[in-house]
Amino acid sequence: MLSRTAENLYWLARYVERAEYIARTIDATLRVTALPAAYIGKTNEWESALLTAGVSASFHETYEEANEANVVEYLSFSPANPSSIKNCIENARLNSRSVRTALTSEMWDTINGSWIELQELWSKGTASREELAKFLRFVQETSLRFDGSAYRTMLRNDAFWFSRLGLHLERADNTARILDVKYHVLLPEEEHVGGPLDYYQWTSILRSVSALTAYHWVYRETLKPWLIADLLILNDTLPRSLASCYGNLVRNLDQIGVAYGRQGAAQRHARGIRNRLEHSNMDDIFQHGVHEFIQEFISDNSRLGEIITKQYLI
Amino acid sequence: MAVAFDEMNGPAGDVRPAYQELSRWLKETPAEALEYRRQEAELLFRRIGITFAVYGESEAQERLIPFDVIPRIMSAKEWTILEKGLKQRVRALNMFLRDIYHGREVLRANVVPEDLIFQNPVFRPEMNGQAVPHDVYVHIAGIDIVRVDAENFIVLEDNARTPSGVSYMLENREIMMRLFPDLFARHRIAPVERYPDELLSCLRSVAPNSASSEPTVALLTPGVYNSAYYEHSFLADKLGIELVEGRDLIVKNDEVFMRTTEGLKRVDVIYRRLDDDFLDPLTFRPDSVLGVPGLMSAYAAGNITLANAVGTGIADDKAIYSYMPEIVKFYLGEEPILKNVQTWRCREPKELSYVLDNLGDLVVKEVHGSGGYGMLIGPASTKATIEAFRDKLKREPEGFIAQPTLALSTCPTCTAAGLAPRHVDLRPFVLTGKDRTTIVPGGLTRVALKEGSLVVNSSQGGGTKDTWILDE
Repeated sequence: MLSRTAENLYWLARYVERAEYIARTIDATLRVTALPAAYIGKTNEWESALLTAGVSASFHETYEEANEANVVEYLSFSPANPSSIKNCIENARLNSRSVRTALTSEMWDTINGSWIELQELWSKGTASREELAKFLRFVQETSLRFDGSAYRTMLRNDAFWFSRLGLHLERADNTARILDVKYHVLLPEEEHVGGPLDYYQWTSILRSVSALTAYHWVYRETLKPWLIADLLILNDTLPRSLASCYGNLVRNLDQIGVAYGRQGAAQRHARGIRNRLEHSNMDDIFQHGVHEFIQEFISDNSRLGEIITKQYLI
Repeated sequence: MAVAFDEMNGPAGDVRPAYQELSRWLKETPAEALEYRRQEAELLFRRIGITFAVYGESEAQERLIPFDVIPRIMSAKEWTILEKGLKQRVRALNMFLRDIYHGREVLRANVVPEDLIFQNPVFRPEMNGQAVPHDVYVHIAGIDIVRVDAENFIVLEDNARTPSGVSYMLENREIMMRLFPDLFARHRIAPVERYPDELLSCLRSVAPNSASSEPTVALLTPGVYNSAYYEHSFLADKLGIELVEGRDLIVKNDEVFMRTTEGLKRVDVIYRRLDDDFLDPLTFRPDSVLGVPGLMSAYAAGNITLANAVGTGIADDKAIYSYMPEIVKFYLGEEPILKNVQTWRCREPKELSYVLDNLGDLVVKEVHGSGGYGMLIGPASTKATIEAFRDKLKREPEGFIAQPTLALSTCPTCTAAGLAPRHVDLRPFVLTGKDRTTIVPGGLTRVALKEGSLVVNSSQGGGTKDTWILDE
């Protein structure tokens, strides 16, 4: 297929995934900031939301204070924020328009329909909490519908695999970013387990990767920080865990490699990361430093993005 | 201006045969039901994303072309005549182009004046002596046809460069079948859905000799911001070929390749929807970023077929148009089946003075214009507009032609005040391949939605209708 088509499919999936992630982040932050101050401590949750979205620096170029109104506006609608939900959906549609021939009509319908709806929501604004909640739900549903229509209607060929690569690469990045910002509340040595403060931080983390229920099913335990880290990093049954993302990335890259009759740097690099995740356990990770582990992962992951681009997309 | 020919109702209030069933159906169907269907159609169009961009309108970047749910109907007999006439016309166009870029017999025989060719900016000297596969220049032609009475079809314009609109022919039919299954059940309508297959086999049939037995065809688009981008993606999808932009292509050793995820892949036929001027910055406009550097040299080497060929603009130029009846006779020795609109060439002093004396009654068009821009419709213009145009015309008479204001035929159309006649034209699409010319029975009917308006162009308030050719 055309390199440009593959590139568009890859970015289309990334933008949709990112929009959903930003929506989840706002949602989770709204919940935690709604709690009385005694439950959440002195950290500015809106600042963390900016950090997990990776847009803190650019935010402070425009805004003074990271409060709810400013951050929600910036993350949801700001044209100046390249990762705002609005920009993500608009970019997703632009990418879709360029590759209409590679999309199924169901996928196009989802993206185009969401874009039309976004224009309407946008013109109405999200003044009230209720409208905001509706908007965030809409974004999450868009992503679910997009993902579902891709899964159910696309031919299983390179178009599908490149789209999946974008999805899993973005998802891995998002999960790693939450861990990067919140790793300190997951450290076991602080041992004030069960304190109300961290408890709500933990649920917030899980909620932003839609894994709160999953946690209980997997561990059948009350919330424990190292188990949360285990779930998000190593447990490959959770679709948003780093391990699961890399299982999928390796599989999709292999499928491309087989179809094209050639393996390359992307396959090798992805396999390297997956092997490291497979051979790690939480004890080692904590011993060597969660933060270092996550930062290394983030840079490895973005390196994979560069390699894929070089190998296939240009 | 004569009274317009009403395609549905005869002068005595009798319904013409092709419209009998529709007329009965319209009487049975309440107005609200029609309005409801109309809204539904609009929703479908927006949902599918069938939009077009109007240049110079930044706010409404993507607009819908209004769709009128009342079909335009023609009998099989009428279509047979039209089809024959179209094939004849396109055959002559291709022979004319071959001649212009080779022996130029038509000039030596003084059928067409030389300076009209050689001083014409759309004449491409690069094509002199250049062979094209099977001598086909115009693979896809869109011939604009109007009716003024029951007998005659008149050609308003030949489009031999990159005619658009065929996606509307196909989508209008799809949407009509979805919205009015019962109405379809009451008619026998010739299908149009095989157009993409016909187009693909046409394009494959003209692949260069150096191509493999399974030639690779690609559609070259200027990109998402082009007004007809939807159509480009639609066609590429239906044909199952890659939709490429200039940056996706590269020329190496006079062969054209596309950049794919598996490396470079050779392309043999390009269905290009990009004007000559932008095709190759090394040959034409050096500032074009939409084209492919070196494409013309691969073309000259015979390693790529461009459809349509480069330089076809010389055949659909409005000044050449006025010579088409003579051109048909010259190459085919036949009387043209389709008439021309009477045309005054302003470049000729006698004709110019007639035009200047009768500006208020005539339509004056720019020779190189398209899309309904830059023209004067005398009867619909104010005195001031006419006078301003008169100055323009005097300054540069060779840039214009004039025609009488035609009473385009009308067709019943949904309006705010209920069904009313509106003027229509028709653009059928004629495909010419290696050894045959085909026309899918139908075409794009454009309708001027404003009462009394004769301008059917989508950029100026025109809409479209599904076109039914009855199968008898």
